[in-house]
Amino acid sequence: MIGRSPRPPLRPSGGRPKTPPLWIGCSMLVLLAVPAILAPWITPYAPGQQNLSATLLPPSRGHWLGTDQLGRDLLTRILYAARTDLSVMVLAQIIPVCTGVFLGMVAGYFGRGIDAAVTLFTDTVIAFPFYLTVIIVAFLSGSGQRGIYVTFALVGWVVYARVVRGLSATFRQQDWIAAARTLGYPDLRILLRHLLPNVLPQAIVVLMTDMAALLVAIVTLGYLGIGIMPPTPDWGTMIADGRPFLSTKWWLSALPGLAVVYTGIALSLIGDGLADRIRRT
Amino acid sequence: MSGPASIDVEGLELSARSGRKLVTDVGFRTYPGETLGLVGESGSGKSLTLRAILGLLPPGVIQTGGRVERRGRCAMVFQDPVRALPPLSPVAALLTEVVRCNRQSTREAARREAMELLASLGLPDSLRREDRYPHELSGGQCQRVVIALALARRPDVLLCDEPTTALDVTVQKQILGVLERLQRELGFGMILVTHNLAVAASLCPRLAVLKEGRVVEHGTTATLLRNPSHPYLRMLIRSVLPLPRLEGGRHP
Amino acid sequence: MTAALRIEGITVDYGSLRALDGVNLDLVQNTTLGLVGESGSGKSTLARVIAGLVRPDAGRLELGGRPLTRRRSRPQRKSVQMVFQNPDASLNPRLTVRQMLSEALLFHRIVPRNLVLARCRELMSRVRMEPDALGRFPHELSGGQRQRIALARAISVEPSLLIADEPTSALDVSVQLDILELFRSLKSEFRLTVLFISHDLGVIHAVSDVVAVMKQGMLVEVSPRDRFFAGPQTEYGRQLLASVPRMPEIPPRGTGHGMKGNR
Repeated sequence: MIGRSPRPPLRPSGGRPKTPPLWIGCSMLVLLAVPAILAPWITPYAPGQQNLSATLLPPSRGHWLGTDQLGRDLLTRILYAARTDLSVMVLAQIIPVCTGVFLGMVAGYFGRGIDAAVTLFTDTVIAFPFYLTVIIVAFLSGSGQRGIYVTFALVGWVVYARVVRGLSATFRQQDWIAAARTLGYPDLRILLRHLLPNVLPQAIVVLMTDMAALLVAIVTLGYLGIGIMPPTPDWGTMIADGRPFLSTKWWLSALPGLAVVYTGIALSLIGDGLADRIRRT
Repeated sequence: MSGPASIDVEGLELSARSGRKLVTDVGFRTYPGETLGLVGESGSGKSLTLRAILGLLPPGVIQTGGRVERRGRCAMVFQDPVRALPPLSPVAALLTEVVRCNRQSTREAARREAMELLASLGLPDSLRREDRYPHELSGGQCQRVVIALALARRPDVLLCDEPTTALDVTVQKQILGVLERLQRELGFGMILVTHNLAVAASLCPRLAVLKEGRVVEHGTTATLLRNPSHPYLRMLIRSVLPLPRLEGGRHP
Repeated sequence: MTAALRIEGITVDYGSLRALDGVNLDLVQNTTLGLVGESGSGKSTLARVIAGLVRPDAGRLELGGRPLTRRRSRPQRKSVQMVFQNPDASLNPRLTVRQMLSEALLFHRIVPRNLVLARCRELMSRVRMEPDALGRFPHELSGGQRQRIALARAISVEPSLLIADEPTSALDVSVQLDILELFRSLKSEFRLTVLFISHDLGVIHAVSDVVAVMKQGMLVEVSPRDRFFAGPQTEYGRQLLASVPRMPEIPPRGTGHGMKGNR
C-alpha cells in the first residue's frame, strides 16, 4: 500500500514547484546565447569590418547599436564578443570544477590525514591573489586566453574543493553511506556512484556564481590589455576602446558593460533557482 | 471542577500559509489543578495546538479560526532540553535572571529563590558553587533546568511538549516523577503533549486524542481506556506493546 | 546449534572515552538477540563493529566459525547487513528504489542482469510494498515505507546476520507494529540471525528470543527473553524494566477509581 507522501515542510512561497528565478535566468541566457551562437549567419557585418566613413554613428536602421571609432558595427561586435567571452568562461571552468570536486570529495570522505593534506593545500593556494597570479602567468606564457585557462586551472578549483569537502563530510556521517559500505561497495564506487550525484547539485550552484565572477575577471583583464587580445572581439577590450569617447558616445563602453551585467544577473538567477530546487527535495 | 476554566480552547483552526488546514475544530478546557493529556502521532497537530495556547506559533502557521482563552499564567517545557537552553548562559545565572524578571526582586533574593528551585528539582548542590553551561549537563539535568525556568514564572498551567521523548527511559521516569510531585506541592495545572499513550494514561486523568488535526476522542482516561469507541484510539491502545508483570506482583 | 556470531573482548575507544569495554557475546543461529541499553551504552557502536564500519581497538569477531575482520571479502560483506534508525538518512536521496536494489543485486551477483527487475519486484512484495514504489525517490516515501525499503535492500543480498539499529524508534506507533511483524516474518522466511537494538523494552519483548542489556560500554546481563521479563537478574535490568511507562490498570466499571488522579 503506497501511503501518502510525507508531510511536506511548510514552504513560505505556498508550494508551487515552478521556480521563477530559474526560468527567468535561463531565458535571459538563451536570449543572449542563441544569437551569439548564430552570429556568423545572422549578422550582416563581420566583426572586424571597418568602415572609416561611418565611424561613431549613433543607433540607426543600418546599425542597430551604432558603430565604433573604426566604423565597425557594435551589435555584431557585442555578439561576437559574447561568443569569445562566454566560451572562455565555460571552458576555463572545466578543469577547476573537476579537480575541485574530486579533491573535496576525497578530503571529506576519507577525513583525517587526507583531509588535513588537502586542506593545507587549499589554504595555501587560496592565499594567492587571483589577479596577481594571472599577471604572472600572462607574463610567463603570454597574454590571451591561454593565460586565463592556466591561471584558473591553478587557482579556480579552491572554492569547489571547500564546498564539496563540507558536503562530503556531512554525507559521510549519514546512514546511507554506511549502508553502502556495509553492502561492501569499494570506496571508489561510493565516491563516484553515490557521493558525487549528491554533491554535484550544490557544486553546480556554486559554478553559476563562480562563472559570473570569472566573466568579470575575463572582461577586466581584457580591459587592462592583458587578457583576450584584439583582433578577437571581447567585451573588455571594447569597454577600453570606448573610454576616450565616454562623455560623448557613452554607449560604446556602456553596452558591452551592460552585456556583462546582464549575463551576471542571468547566472545568479539560475544559481538561485537551482539552490531553491535542491532545498526542496 | 471549580471555578472558571484556566485554559479554554474552542473551535481552534490553524492553517499553513498555503491554506492547508493543520488543526481543525479543536476544543477542550482545563480547570485549575487539572492534568490533561494530548495524545497523537506526528502530524496530529498536538504540538501546534499547545503553541497556539501560548501564542507561539511557528512562522508560516496562523490561527484562522476559533478562540483561545487563558486565565492565569502559562509556562512551557520543551521537547529537546539541550536546545531549549541558550548555549552561552550558565544555568544558575539564567534561572536567577528569570526569577528576578518575574518577581521584580533584588538579585540576592532572586538567587536564593533560584537555588531553592534547583534543589527542589533535584539538581546537585554543586551548581551553587560552580555554575555550568547546558552542554556540560546531561539531558535529564537540562530538562530539570527547563522545568525550573518554567516554574520560576509561578505558572497556573504548565504546558509540556513531549518533555521526556528525547530522554532515556530511566531518566524519563525521574522527570515524570518530578513533574507529578511538583504538581502535588504547587498545585498548578498541566497539559501534557505526547505520542506515548502509556505515559499520558499513567499521568493524566483526562485525555484528548488528536489525529490529523482533529480531536477524535475526549474524556476521562478511565472511560476512554475501558471503552474505546474510535478505531484510532483502539489502534493506539493495541500499539502499546505489552510487557509481562514482574514476578511477585507490581514492579518496584 | 553452532553460534552464528561470536564476539570476544571487543573494545572501542574514542580518544579517552571507552565506548565498548571488553564485550563478550554469542548469537545463536536463527534467533533474535534483543540488545537494550540507554544512551551511551555502546549498543550502536557494537552494531557498527559487527557490520564492519568501526574498527575495534581490541577483541575479535567470528561469523560461522570464521574470523571477521574489518577487511572483509565480498561474501563476508554480504553476510552481515544492517538497517539503521533514521529513515530520513538511510536511503541515498538521488537514487530510485529500483536503482538502489539493482545495484546491490548486481554487485553481489545475486541474479543475472535479465532477472534483476523480477527480483526487485519480488523483494518489494516481501516487504509488503507495491511494485510502483520501485520508480520512486526516497523523499516521495513516508518514514515507514523508507524503512521497508531499507529492509529490502538488506535482505536483497541474502545475508545470514541482520542487524537492526533502532529501526522503529523514529516511526509512529501505528507503523511500528507492522514493521516489527515484518521483521518477524522475514526472519523465519530467510532463516536469519537477527541482532535487534532498541531502547524500548516493549519492542524488545515483542521481537527477541534472548535479551542482552548494555550499560556504559559493558554487557551487564544476558538472559532468555521470558526469564528476563519475569525477573531481571541485575539491579540495572530491574531498573530498566521498572522505568517503562505502563498503561494503568482500569478496573471494570462499578468498582470505583483505580487510578491515581491528582485531585
